[in-house]
Amino acid sequence: MSEPTATYRFAVNVTPKPGILDPQGKAVERSLPHLGIDGVSAVRVGRRVELSVAGPDEASARSTVERLAGELLSNPLIEAFEIEVLGAAVGTAG
Amino acid sequence: MSVRIGVVLFPGSNRDIDAVNALRIAGAEPVVLWHETADLGGVAGILLPGGFAYGDYLRAGVIARFSPVMRAVADFATRGGPVLGICNGFQVLAEARLVPGALLRNRGLRFVCREVSLLPERLDSPFTREIGERRSLRMPVAHGEGCYYADVVALDALEAAGQVLWRYAAAGGGIAGPDDSGNPNGSLRGIAGVSNAAGNVAGLMPHPETASEALLGSEDGLGIIRSLVVSAAEWERTGSITGARVAMAAEAGR
Repeated sequence: MSEPTATYRFAVNVTPKPGILDPQGKAVERSLPHLGIDGVSAVRVGRRVELSVAGPDEASARSTVERLAGELLSNPLIEAFEIEVLGAAVGTAG
Repeated sequence: MSVRIGVVLFPGSNRDIDAVNALRIAGAEPVVLWHETADLGGVAGILLPGGFAYGDYLRAGVIARFSPVMRAVADFATRGGPVLGICNGFQVLAEARLVPGALLRNRGLRFVCREVSLLPERLDSPFTREIGERRSLRMPVAHGEGCYYADVVALDALEAAGQVLWRYAAAGGGIAGPDDSGNPNGSLRGIAGVSNAAGNVAGLMPHPETASEALLGSEDGLGIIRSLVVSAAEWERTGSITGARVAMAAEAGR
């Protein structure tokens, strides 16, 4: 097995799919009038996971993140995810 | 010799003692299985108890899905063995795709801990066969993520295939829809529990194991626990379960 040469940093943003009930988003939305704020709607609460992946190149590191995001970090029945590249982190993995 | 049923213990399980107690009352010999083991010890049935496996981190049930014991449980299910998940155990089965659908945060956002009335949809399934008659069953719920969700096409298919096993009952009779006060969490079509296509794996949010003796206020749940025990004994003896579709048992692994 070849040694990983670099570590890449990603973020995975997981959000409820459109149409899926999001009581957290609703609760946030309902609290807004108490702050004296109007005009805010369609609040959806999700989660963000940041992680570093070691690999020979960014593409292979990204495919690892895609697998993780689909199998573990999100439930594809109810959640969608987007992957953000935060840039190559440090030089050598170790 | 009484039939041996495995009770899986995850870090964070907290209804395992209730499950063990109910299984004993139902005449089975409970065998506690630690989450790190891949050896089910030759049990004839599996009960996944309630609690907060792995702290419910990320999503309820998802981390438990990848534990060694759950790989073994998935194999067991594929072979047609009976598996019942209660509350967090249902969430684990749903995350593992061993039963259809997902459990969302309760519609009312709060953790709900109270008694509900449960209507068994059918009395000929491996998990309802010992209930006896179709009447509403009183038992507690205690969960924050119990709102059953599947898309409309999937819901129609589940109903057509007879995979809905239990629904919440409305106070005035009938099924409690998402906004009815008899429905504790907003579950679509009042669904409280479902089975896989093969019929040998089922999960429900309410707690039949804590309603298994009169001393605890209700023994309405005992019929469900007894059904698991009877189905496990039958599976051990004959390799199949009445009410389960053996030819489709391979589906259980998906």
